[in-house]
Amino acid sequence: MSYDKRYDGRKPEELRPMSAKVGVIPNADGSAMFQVGNTVCYAAVYGPRELHPKFLQDPKKGILRVNYNMMPFSGHGDRVRPGRSRRSQEIALVIQNALLPVLDLSDYPKAVVDVFIELPQTDAGTRCAGIVAASMALAHAGLKMKELVSAVAVGKVGDSVVADLTYDEEAFEGEGGSTDMPMAILANSGTVSLLQMDGEINKEHLATSLDLAKKAAQQISDLQKKTLKEYYQ
Amino acid sequence: MSEKLEIQNKEIVVPGQVLAEGMGYVPGKGTYRDDKAVVAELMGIVTVDGKVIKIIPLRGKYMPKVRDRVIGRVIDVLMSGWRLDINCPYDAVLSMKDGSSEFIRRGADLTQYYALGEYVFCQVSNVTSQNLTDVTMRGQGLRKLEGGRIIEVNAQKIPRIIGKEGSMVMLIKKETNCQIYVGQNGRIWISGEPEKENIAVAAIRYIEENAHRKGVTDSVKALMEKLQ
Repeated sequence: MSYDKRYDGRKPEELRPMSAKVGVIPNADGSAMFQVGNTVCYAAVYGPRELHPKFLQDPKKGILRVNYNMMPFSGHGDRVRPGRSRRSQEIALVIQNALLPVLDLSDYPKAVVDVFIELPQTDAGTRCAGIVAASMALAHAGLKMKELVSAVAVGKVGDSVVADLTYDEEAFEGEGGSTDMPMAILANSGTVSLLQMDGEINKEHLATSLDLAKKAAQQISDLQKKTLKEYYQ
Repeated sequence: MSEKLEIQNKEIVVPGQVLAEGMGYVPGKGTYRDDKAVVAELMGIVTVDGKVIKIIPLRGKYMPKVRDRVIGRVIDVLMSGWRLDINCPYDAVLSMKDGSSEFIRRGADLTQYYALGEYVFCQVSNVTSQNLTDVTMRGQGLRKLEGGRIIEVNAQKIPRIIGKEGSMVMLIKKETNCQIYVGQNGRIWISGEPEKENIAVAAIRYIEENAHRKGVTDSVKALMEKLQ
């Protein structure tokens, strides 16, 4: 069984319907919501603020701390155990590394910027949604950034290269299997700040996937810019 | 060489947005140069002043600057001074020497002057590269704030709340008969009749929300007249 037609009827390069909003959490210094298909993501930014314990402080620049959390009821029926897990800590780390290249925290020595990423509903692509929402929230908080970070998962299902995989596509078990690559891309410069892969892929498919990701990132970046500007209309 | 402005004056821009092409434009505050382009580094309102392009941020924490007048809360009493929370990522220190216009004897009980939790209107006297901040109480109009109420607003909107040469805050003072002290750090102290204080708070909140729009002075006037 090959995978010619996508489960939800999308074209291979088509993304799921997206929506975004900024300023969703009034208590936070910056916040954003990003929804792509059935994945919903909230990001809240607090800070720059004083960092404790003291040994974590960096006297040269502020540090970024990311917290990633899937809510217990967010998955596909199975309860996600609350609290930090090995998985969530790793994802928090890669999100932090994806965001750091654009952030300039040199004005805030010894301080910390906290980013909280919460997912009330998930259908694959959560780390990408997290990066998209967090980057909007950081801009909303008035922090210095080189540019916005956009993120999307691309990959190969069966024998076709597709963008923005759903959970069902990631779990495809037919001939060829499934490979997904979450990527974070700085849309202006084309720099890649996150590239992970789960599965196997050949050279040609990899090249087409990367092209696909760049195009998709441009779309997401346009949405991010539009959303941020709409907040002040 | 081609030079082109990609935006209009007073437009809202987001990080990464190209503002102008060509070496003829100079990147100011909140922008950086990428190759030949001037690019936004902050979200805010862009201002083109001749060849200089800068961005006025719309949100963000207060950062202490020398000569700013701020409202601080006493959070600790030290050996020879007070530690103040000035609504920013770094605490400020008010030394005994700058604490009062009268002489404070060594070893005196410092809580007599400013106790924990009390608010003072003070002036930033020194900021180091590590953002260690000193404040002083020596100066005209600087004093302990007793009674009244304190509200916190977005620190980036303070210039708008003060208005041109203090016009906006003067307007609120006149309409409500309240005493108002505006700290650059986003804290505002209001003291007067309780009902009038409410009106002043509503007016300030309105300015904060609509600071990036035009004609705020007139609508604030109308709002306060309606509430009277």
